Amino acid sequence: MPLVEFRDVGYRIAGRDILAHVSFTLDAGDTLVLLGRSGSGKTTALKMTNGMVFPTSGQVLVEGRATTEWDPIRLKRRIGYVIQEVGLFPHFTVAENIGLVPKLEGWSRPDVERRVNELLEEIGLGSPEFRTRYPRQLSGGQRQRVGVARALAADPALLLFDEPFGALDPITRRELQQQFLALTRDSHKASLFVTHDVREALRLGTRVALLAGGRLETVATPQEFRRASTGQARAFLAGLED
Amino acid sequence: MRPDLANDVLRLTGEHLVLVASSMAAAILLGVPAGILLTRRAGLRKWLLGFANVAQTIPSLALFGFLIPIPLIGGIGPRTVIVSLALYALLPIVRNTFVGIAGVDAAVCESAVAMGMSDGQLLRQVQLPLAAQTIFAGIRIATVTTIGTATIGAAIGGGGLGVFIFRGIASVDSAQILAGAVPAAVLALLADGGFGWIERRLSPA
Repeated sequence: MPLVEFRDVGYRIAGRDILAHVSFTLDAGDTLVLLGRSGSGKTTALKMTNGMVFPTSGQVLVEGRATTEWDPIRLKRRIGYVIQEVGLFPHFTVAENIGLVPKLEGWSRPDVERRVNELLEEIGLGSPEFRTRYPRQLSGGQRQRVGVARALAADPALLLFDEPFGALDPITRRELQQQFLALTRDSHKASLFVTHDVREALRLGTRVALLAGGRLETVATPQEFRRASTGQARAFLAGLED
Repeated sequence: MRPDLANDVLRLTGEHLVLVASSMAAAILLGVPAGILLTRRAGLRKWLLGFANVAQTIPSLALFGFLIPIPLIGGIGPRTVIVSLALYALLPIVRNTFVGIAGVDAAVCESAVAMGMSDGQLLRQVQLPLAAQTIFAGIRIATVTTIGTATIGAAIGGGGLGVFIFRGIASVDSAQILAGAVPAAVLALLADGGFGWIERRLSPA
């Protein structure tokens, strides 16, 4: 059973199709990149996976169960989410931000503590001074690392990334992409990753799904994608040659 | 200062504080939940803010006039004054609560929901702490205004420092007027300073 399955999903609002006839599956160990231009519906697709948005036709299944059947809060806590603008809580310290979901899930204080330290180590912010800092005292790259750590905290099998590295400088972005690869390679997690950057898509994805005007144009491995002949795929690939 | 005047100043300042404290307590207990409700129910927004706006435009003497004949909340004396002052204080509190919560960064609220926070957790752990400063600013403005407005309460037997002012006007005695106005001004300044200090301490990290 795939971890996530989109079955002929559509999302129609105010007479406009944001998504139409989208079908794909995502298995453990997979990183599916949803590539597309602004307004292609990729963020909507991501938000459907953890029940922030529900399809108006078709079904999204997580662990074989439709998102509409899940308890909305349980579903969200099982899925790690890294949002575009990071969305760290400005009034929480780094440690409190990372420990949020475990604490909501009722972990004991020492367990939360241990998990936070483990994650800080993992994202390269292991020195104790970071624990008590507030998000505004961090650089953009550090904030995004904390955002990733927060999504990983309760050890979810499924992770959602909404253009997490878009606002970073190229060097930091590269570093975080390396870290992302290390993170997803040695685990049995599955990730759904939204981006408009074809380079990023080809570097991080085990498969690349191209969304154009709410429809899935291509789903292919990065190698196949480089040879794709559809219109939008060619347009994106042309960007690689500049 | 004559000892009986000093005694009067103390007694009436005490009465004044009771008027302000009771009306502010009522306004906060009603206004903050009402402001929160507005962030949850868009349909109520027009009605509630409209009501608070209208309440504030009624001249206070006229409001006393309306309230006096109403049983339970009206009548001559401090009760009517407290009800009117609470109505006046409502608008800044409701509005600042609403604006403070609505102004919390959308990305922060969205990520709270995406992490699996319930609406109550979102409110208590994220929105209220981040809006606290704005909510408190509303309470501060309302309190300072109420300290001044409360002097009119003496017109319908509500007591407080207004007693001096009305007595002074009636007997053309500036000393009496000042005996009411100066302590009221000092109270307002103290409240402003004290609340301002708390407000700065509430600033989200």
